[in-house]
Amino acid sequence: MSNQVAAMSRRTRGPWAVAFAKLARNRAAMASLAVFLLIVLACFSAPLYANWAGTDPFASTLDAVIQIDGADVAVMEQSTEGLGLGYTPIGPTWRLGNYFLGADSQGRDVMARMLYGGLSSLLISGAATIFTLILGTAAGLVAGYFGGITDTVLSRFLDVLWAFPIYLLAISLAIVTISQGISIGPIEIESGSLWLPVIIIGIVYVPYVARPIRGQVLSLRHSEFVLAAINLGVPGWRILWRDILPNITTTLIVFIPLMMALNMLTESALSFLSIGVQPPAASWGTIIQDGQALLYTRPLVALAPGLAIAISVMTLNVFGDGLRDALDPRSKVRLGRD
Amino acid sequence: MIYAILRRFGQMLFVMFGISVIVFLIFFATPGADPAARIAGRNASPEVLEAVRHSFGFDRPLYVQYVTMMEKIFVTGDLTSFVNRGWKVVPAVMDSIPVTLSLVFGAAILWVVVSIVIGIVAAATRDSWLDRLLMALGLLGISMPVYWLGEVMNLITQSRYHDSWAFSWVPPLGYKNFSDDPKGWFLTLVIPWITLAILYIGIYGRVLRAAIIESLQEDYIRTARAKGLSETRILLRHALRTSLIAFVTLFGLDFGALVGGSALLTEVVFGLHGIGKLTYDALQNLDLPMIMATVMYASMFVVVANAVVDFVYILLDPRLRTS
Repeated sequence: MSNQVAAMSRRTRGPWAVAFAKLARNRAAMASLAVFLLIVLACFSAPLYANWAGTDPFASTLDAVIQIDGADVAVMEQSTEGLGLGYTPIGPTWRLGNYFLGADSQGRDVMARMLYGGLSSLLISGAATIFTLILGTAAGLVAGYFGGITDTVLSRFLDVLWAFPIYLLAISLAIVTISQGISIGPIEIESGSLWLPVIIIGIVYVPYVARPIRGQVLSLRHSEFVLAAINLGVPGWRILWRDILPNITTTLIVFIPLMMALNMLTESALSFLSIGVQPPAASWGTIIQDGQALLYTRPLVALAPGLAIAISVMTLNVFGDGLRDALDPRSKVRLGRD
Repeated sequence: MIYAILRRFGQMLFVMFGISVIVFLIFFATPGADPAARIAGRNASPEVLEAVRHSFGFDRPLYVQYVTMMEKIFVTGDLTSFVNRGWKVVPAVMDSIPVTLSLVFGAAILWVVVSIVIGIVAAATRDSWLDRLLMALGLLGISMPVYWLGEVMNLITQSRYHDSWAFSWVPPLGYKNFSDDPKGWFLTLVIPWITLAILYIGIYGRVLRAAIIESLQEDYIRTARAKGLSETRILLRHALRTSLIAFVTLFGLDFGALVGGSALLTEVVFGLHGIGKLTYDALQNLDLPMIMATVMYASMFVVVANAVVDFVYILLDPRLRTS
């Protein structure tokens, strides 16, 4: 049986196989995917790294002393400038597991924080992507398929949300939820929770998904196979699930990496504005903010996470472009930001 | 044409109303905590809480509260901060508007000019190493966080290479009024302009290149070639002009978004006291009335800016007048 299937697929390859082969031939996209997966892997090994290095990236360790080439070195050096009252964290030691990228203003290992920060940045943008896709698809499906007053209300609401500048909307949502959290019925989210940025970022990008999906559903709704199904008396939810959803899957897949890239930038910006990930937890955005005060003395604290964001976002964008070219070359999914 | 403009105008009013309602609901009706406690800020005394409740009308129906809020922000302008006791919020916002506009307009000019040049060069040298390099750089520009780029710029121009001949002219961070010191105004804004423009140059260069290449397939280009026009003339007079339509549409969308997004982050990094910095400071000490005002004014500006672009567009493109 399985031989038969294999033989058949060798003769006429399905659209997925064709798309996959096209993607696999795109060297830039595959290289980007590899780099991104490497970053993901590194970030997910954050607890292992911290454990191996024997450092706690969330506790302030101002009086820590480390060993470099057998000599004891204090993590916080007495400042030599001015009155010599301040302390400067040590710079990069370039020794893995031993303050590789130096320390931040609280004497914490920047390398370990980078990995943990990347972990939360990735988790938040990933979860927010899923959240946006689910909400956006649901809204687009309902508005496009049922039409009428439902469509009018939903579409107008999405228009307003679309016209609302992303960061201003996110700032408003963040500032009211940040100090006291939020409770909707049985769901209660505490103020420091990582779910807050997930929900906020998830909400603000809903129109970016819902509007194109609605357009597609609207044209599918009037296509012959859907009209036939309607006239056969197939219930609406079944048509949505069996006939319409499979036809928008490629669009949704194309959205994933581009959305993820956008979310990473948004998450880091919110964290930089101190309304995203809350201390002591780290994200690449919060580390850049921590590093701002040390910019001229220990620039690497701010430079390293920014570089990590830029590389992750760039690889996601290149891979996303490749994915779009392979799956849905005519699509108008725009690579961009606000 | 009058109809098309009126229609767009009505749409603008609807969106403004919609946004104001959303802002109102976010600040006053988010479940989870007492809105008075949020607005009064950390460690507010019971008297202050009572005053907040009374002045915002929290004991009255929601629509009364909405009207009260709108009145405080747009009509009487007597919204006051509770963190900085008695600080009138609306005048502070007004004072910061010229700073933000200076930043945004300068950056917009820079990004439009440079990205048109890049788009043309990349399209003309399609698939060459130059094209690839420009497009890769454009992608890098899109992928960098703008505030981080700003910090890198500061590191180079304010610290590491400040004493070299290249950056010794860069003044310390901050903003100078155009009316007091035009030269200082220009010099302090050059680096922020470049920083802000870099991300948009990336997007626009790419978009324009794609549009030019697409329009080079058109029949009228073949006609132009058949007439014996030079390649330069075809590119600049025939292909570029149609490609600019996509460019203008995008510009309308992004110019507005810039005010409420990247400009905010840029101001924070360069210490420019515009609306963004005002919002940032308010975020640091949970000053909700200030954020309410900045969010409201900035998003209204964005909506109006988008509508203005569309009006211009209707005037320029005859096809839009009838639809």
